Amino acid sequence: MHTIQEEVKQLNGYNLHLVPNKKFKTINIVVKFKAPLERETITKRALLPYLLQQGPNKYPSRKELQIALDSLYGAVLSIDGGKKGNHHIISYRLEVANEKFIPNESNMVEDAFNLLNEVIFQPNVTNNAFKDATFKRETETLRQKIKAVIDDKMKYANMRLIDEMCEDEAYQLHVHGYEEDLATLNPELIYEYYRTILQEDQVDVYVLGDFDLNDMERIVSSTMKRMKKEKPTSGEENAHTKKEESKEIIDKQNIQQAKLHIGYRTNCRYQDKAYPALQVFNGILGGFPGSKLFVNVREKNSLAYYASSRLESHKGLLLVFSGIAPGDYEKARKIMEEQMEAMMKGDISKQELSETKELIVNQLLETLDNPQGIIEMLYQQVIADVDLSPHQLIESIKKVSINEVKEVGNKIELDTVYLLTSEGGTANE
Amino acid sequence: MSKQVYEHIEESLYHEKLENGLTVFLLPRPEMSKTYAIFSTNYGSMDRTFVPIGQQDKITVPDGIAHFLEHKLFEKEDRDVFADFGKQGASANAYTSFTKTAYLFSSTTNVEDNVKTLLNFVQDPYFSENSVEKEKGIIGQEIKMYDDQPDWQSFMGTLKSLFKETPVNIDIAGTVESIAEITKDDLYTCYHTFYHPENMTFFIAGNFEPDNMLALIRENQASKEFSKLEEIKRDFPNEPSAVAKSENKIVMPVSVSKCTIGIKESTKELEPQEFIKRDLLQDIILTYYFSKSGQFYEELYQENIIDASFYFETNLEKNFGYSIIGGNTDNPELFTKKIIELLLSTKTQQLTEDDFERMKKKKIGQVLRSMNSLENIASKYIHYHHVGIDYFELIPEIQKLTVQDANGFLSGWIAEERLAVCKIVPE
Repeated sequence: MHTIQEEVKQLNGYNLHLVPNKKFKTINIVVKFKAPLERETITKRALLPYLLQQGPNKYPSRKELQIALDSLYGAVLSIDGGKKGNHHIISYRLEVANEKFIPNESNMVEDAFNLLNEVIFQPNVTNNAFKDATFKRETETLRQKIKAVIDDKMKYANMRLIDEMCEDEAYQLHVHGYEEDLATLNPELIYEYYRTILQEDQVDVYVLGDFDLNDMERIVSSTMKRMKKEKPTSGEENAHTKKEESKEIIDKQNIQQAKLHIGYRTNCRYQDKAYPALQVFNGILGGFPGSKLFVNVREKNSLAYYASSRLESHKGLLLVFSGIAPGDYEKARKIMEEQMEAMMKGDISKQELSETKELIVNQLLETLDNPQGIIEMLYQQVIADVDLSPHQLIESIKKVSINEVKEVGNKIELDTVYLLTSEGGTANE
Repeated sequence: MSKQVYEHIEESLYHEKLENGLTVFLLPRPEMSKTYAIFSTNYGSMDRTFVPIGQQDKITVPDGIAHFLEHKLFEKEDRDVFADFGKQGASANAYTSFTKTAYLFSSTTNVEDNVKTLLNFVQDPYFSENSVEKEKGIIGQEIKMYDDQPDWQSFMGTLKSLFKETPVNIDIAGTVESIAEITKDDLYTCYHTFYHPENMTFFIAGNFEPDNMLALIRENQASKEFSKLEEIKRDFPNEPSAVAKSENKIVMPVSVSKCTIGIKESTKELEPQEFIKRDLLQDIILTYYFSKSGQFYEELYQENIIDASFYFETNLEKNFGYSIIGGNTDNPELFTKKIIELLLSTKTQQLTEDDFERMKKKKIGQVLRSMNSLENIASKYIHYHHVGIDYFELIPEIQKLTVQDANGFLSGWIAEERLAVCKIVPE
């Protein structure tokens, strides 16, 4: 097994993570800005990636920025925002071909860092405001994005489940922000907030690829500098009100296939000792095609095309999903709940345990064969504020026992059952 | 076994055509943790009319059968093959496209056992009336899921308006009605015709030792018997160069309209040299105009006609090719009118040397990036091999292209009769 080498250094107001690796033909750079998840800032943070991708001061239009990227052998830049537990992360990603595969090129990494530095720290602003036209256009883009969630039924059902489940918690905030908050923004306010981010967010810079450590550190430290005024972040879990009874929510739309999504509280997160056992629990329940959900809902009863489960590791949620015929709701729900009960009783064979562990290990190792996968895995530790390298996680997965799976299962509580169904389809058809 | 070294990308590829006709490629990548293998047959949803192996007369089978067959190969009399892979720490999957059906796994342990499982399950069909009936429910749900996806409806709607005869205008999964007709005998007929080793390719990439791996594959294949296969006679209809219908409108519950313009790029079989040039230029030209650095993109963006949902894609297969330009819009009429105008204007345009060199650089970077993924390498290699092109020589092919090539292509690229529009509009 090849371990992932990671050198971490505090530098110029950020943490630099150098990850030398010979697997890839490109150099991947990811810069992450982390802040607490809050209603006051979520819409601004959702809008910023759109504004920044329209080009920095030096390349003041999307076209000019893209020409610069194209000239850099089609370097790919993307900026996105996401939720991890109670944090919001803005990620700037730049991937550039490794110059060792390109004859007569030698400064590609410097050029890439200079470009990324422009994009992050020298946005296209005049008089302390983003350009009005860009602001209007991108606000509209985001508004469309917010409205379009309803067209992707799986995402929509997931969003509605989290709305209902985490009603009073930061985690329920929509990652694309809110239409009504967009209306209160203007080009000055958003720039003012961006300046705050540049100073106060926690910043982590990852560089991954086949390079020399010293050379790379020199390149990064000479191109990227940041004035830091970091605020202590409060990433602590805000307690949720424990529900006396689980909720059942039914929404209706003009659709062909119903979505049955069920949310559980795991009371266990990435940094907890029992987390590896929780991963195994999820794997046996619904992580793979051989898992209880897939086998019982789909294979044995032909009720669904998909039936699976997933963890929100930094929040402590376990979510179960399936797409079913509207008339099969009661039947599918019963079978899905039975699988959960079986898990909690420890109704797990030795074979299920060992196979699932192997599949999880396989999945983690495969993630480590993908550049963005490696960086995301390494960043989990920053989010959870815990020292658990990918390989330590793999080793602890291998050691999980049936008893530990059962124990972690006994902490899991049903929270909300959400059904998105057809207008004609009633729950008791 | 032959070995070819590609120094410019630091890759070594091993190749052998086995006695039973199976084509095998091995790409060792010892620095990776995983191994990825794909067993692919040159058989897709488009192969609906053909002469079955050992027979004389052409038959037409129900639509969606290649995909149905793909599902059913995983189920054996006594077990589900997903579970076999699961036990061996592998994740398995399969897909059916217009032209191919592929079975694949990736794993970081038990690679040899997984290779045997992959070869054996694909080469040991078990279809029963019962299991065929049961599958109709599952695939029915899959079809319904696609029915609710505006993006898929928009894609298929465009192909349906572009192509009149080529069965790329039929949904890969078929319809609930067409799959209802499928019987176990149909499945066996298709299986025996198209799953002959002569019609198949095995590509493995990742962490393994090539000599041992090839020995294992050879031995596995030598232990099985296959009847002799003459060339498979497939019916491939003549496709007119003009589109089937210039506009297709689909009404479904969407929050905002979706609009696509399709370009009918190719309707006849292409020779390798012609293919590779067209394949690269089709993509480069479309990227030149419609990517974010493109003149057309900027114009459309400035005039508020497109938003972040704007996209384009292009595909060239042996017998057909298309490009699609699309996005969400509040004004499908304006969107259509403007993009068609722009496309028609290319006839008299020219790229400069600088522009074209920049586009070549971009394409080279893109190819290198796609080589980070074993999955990508394997599927791209098979795709190009099928039309007689070596994927690992793509970068030199790009370097060879000249601005004259690009401008020659551009002058004949667009004709109004080869453009079609598909609109997805709210109820």
